[in-house]
Amino acid sequence: MEKFSLGSENLDLRIRIAELEKELADYRSGAAKNSNANGHATHVLDGEDDDDDDDEQNGLNPQDQDDKAVKLDLDEFRRYGRQMIMTEVGLDGQLQLKRSKVLLIGAGGLGCPAAAYLAGAGIGTIGIVDHDLVEPSNLHRQIMHTVEKVGQPKVKSIISSLKRINPNPKYIAHNYALTPENSIETLEKYDLVLDCTDSPQTRYMISDACVLLGKPLVSASALRSDGQLVVLNNPPGEGPCYRCVFPKPPPPESVLSCGEGGVLGPVVGAMGVLMSTEALKVLLSRADKKKRRKPAHLSPDIRPADAKDTPKREESPEQKKFYMTIYSAFSDTPFRTIRMFGKRKTCQACSPVATITKESMKNGSLDYVAFCGGKGSGKYPPLTKDEVINVEEYNKLRENKEGGLLVDVRDDVQFGMCALENSINVPITTILTLPIAPDKDGIDGGERTPVPIPSWLPRDTSTPIYFICRLGNDSRIAVQRLKKSGLVKGNVIKDIKGGLWEWSRKVDKTFPLY
Amino acid sequence: MSADTIPITVELAGGLELLFDNEKKLNIDLPAKTGTGDAANINYLVDYLCVHHMKDTRREMFEINGTVRAGILVLINDADWELEGEGEYELQPKDTILFVSTLHGG
Repeated sequence: MEKFSLGSENLDLRIRIAELEKELADYRSGAAKNSNANGHATHVLDGEDDDDDDDEQNGLNPQDQDDKAVKLDLDEFRRYGRQMIMTEVGLDGQLQLKRSKVLLIGAGGLGCPAAAYLAGAGIGTIGIVDHDLVEPSNLHRQIMHTVEKVGQPKVKSIISSLKRINPNPKYIAHNYALTPENSIETLEKYDLVLDCTDSPQTRYMISDACVLLGKPLVSASALRSDGQLVVLNNPPGEGPCYRCVFPKPPPPESVLSCGEGGVLGPVVGAMGVLMSTEALKVLLSRADKKKRRKPAHLSPDIRPADAKDTPKREESPEQKKFYMTIYSAFSDTPFRTIRMFGKRKTCQACSPVATITKESMKNGSLDYVAFCGGKGSGKYPPLTKDEVINVEEYNKLRENKEGGLLVDVRDDVQFGMCALENSINVPITTILTLPIAPDKDGIDGGERTPVPIPSWLPRDTSTPIYFICRLGNDSRIAVQRLKKSGLVKGNVIKDIKGGLWEWSRKVDKTFPLY
Repeated sequence: MSADTIPITVELAGGLELLFDNEKKLNIDLPAKTGTGDAANINYLVDYLCVHHMKDTRREMFEINGTVRAGILVLINDADWELEGEGEYELQPKDTILFVSTLHGG
C-alpha cells in the first residue's frame, strides 16, 4: 500500500512537472516574441550594410567594410539606451557610432572631457595621440588623469580611465608627438579628428592633414576664461579649413599657452565637452535614418519626426553656413555664435590652387614651426652678460644687504600669490607704458603723453635695480625697456635669470612653484 | 551733432581686453570722418582704438600695417568681417564690432 501510494504521488508530481515545463516553454517563447523587435531591427541593419555607398561619400574608409556588420548586444542596449531613444540617435545612430573611428590629438584639458564622453557614447575605436607625461599642474583640468598617474604617459593614463567608463571601445595609444612626417599615417585610419592640441603649428598641421585625407575636424581651444570651437572641413571638401579661417599665423609674441596665460579648468572642460557633441553630430549625420521607416510594426506616417529627416539630407551645400562658437565665461553673454566667411578661394590647403600635398607633408618639407614664426624666437630680447645675474649670486647680494631695488614684474594677481620679501610689484604692462627716450634726431619714439618719472624708481644713481618674474622672460623685457626709457642714469639694471622658478629650485625650496 | 560721430560698441575677447586695461566692452562715439575726410571704416577704428583706448603700448599686439594683426578675428554684428568687406567696411550707428584673439591653448 505504502508503495502504491508513493507510486501515485510520484505520478501526480510528474504530471505537475510536465505542466510547469509547458508553462515555462510558453513563457520563454512569449519572451522571444517580445524581444523580436530588437532582433528584427538588428537584422534590418545587417541588411542595410549592403548598400553603404553614402558612408564612403562622407569620407569613411572603404577598408572599414569588415567592421560594418556591427550589432549591439543586450548589455549595449542597456548602456546606450538613454541616448538611443533620442530621435537624433536611434539604433541606426548607435550602430554608426560603433562603426566609427575617432582620433583625439592631445590628452589634456580638451582631450580628457572630449574622450570621456566619446568613450561613454560608444564610439567603436578611439585613438589618442600625446607624447607628454602627466604632471601635477595638469590635474586641475585634465580630468582623466589622477594623482597616482603623475609621471605616466598621458595616453596610458587616459586610456586606463576611459576603460573604467566604458570597456567596449577599442582604444589605440599613439604615444608620440604628431609631426608633418607621421601625421598622414596616423590620421588616415580614422573617420574624424579632434584637435585638442595647444599650439598654432599643430593646428595648421592637423588641419592640412585632415584636408588631404578628407576627414572632418573638430577644433577647439581655450585660454584663461575664453574658449573657441569650430568644425572644419565638414563635409570634407565643402567646409572651410583652419587655413581658410586663419590664413596667416599670429605673431609668436601674441601666442600664449595655458601655462603662460593660465586657464580655468571648467572653461577648457566645457570646450572639450562641446567638441564631443560636435563629433557625435558629425558621426550621427552619417547614419542612414531613412532605414528607420522600415520597421514592420510601425507605419511611416505615424512617425512624423522622421519625415523631416529626408529633406535635410538633400540640403544643397551652397546654402550651408559656417559658424564658430566663442565662449567668454565672465562675459554677460558667455556663449556667442559667429558666422564665418567659409572656404577661401586661394587657400593653400583646400582650394583648387592648393600647394600642400601628402608628399610635402610626408617628406617633411613643410616647416610648421617656421611658418608660425618659431616658438618664442625673437619673443624676448637678448641681454648682455652684465645685464644678467643668476639667482645664487643675487641671493649673496641680498644676504649682504646689497639687493638694491628688487622689482617683480608679474601681474598683481601672481604677486599676491607669493613674492620675495622686500620686492616691489610693477607689472610688465606698466613697465611697457614708460616713455621711450627721444633719439638723437629728437624724434619722440612714443606718441603718448609723457609719463612723469614713476615714484617707484630710485632717484639716486647708486641703487641697483633688479628685475624678476616667474620664469625670467618678462624681466628681460623690463631691463631693456627701462634702459630705453632713459629715466634712470648710471644705475645698475639687471635681470635675475630664470626668475622665481630658478629661485625656488636653487635658493629657497619653500618658495612656491606654479 | 549726430552726423559728426557714430555711436558703436566695441567688444574685446580672447585676451585682447588685457591690452585695453581689462575692458571687455567700450561704447564709443567714433568720428564719422577720418582726418582726410573719408567715411570711418574698420581700419580707421583700429587706429582710433590704438590711439585713444589701448593702454598697453605694444601697438603691434593689435595693429600691423594699418589693420588688425594676424590672429585676430573681427566680427561685424556677429558676422566675419570678410562677409562685410573687411577693413573697408564703413561703420554704421549701433554696430557692434567684436575683436577676438585666436586662442591656441588646450
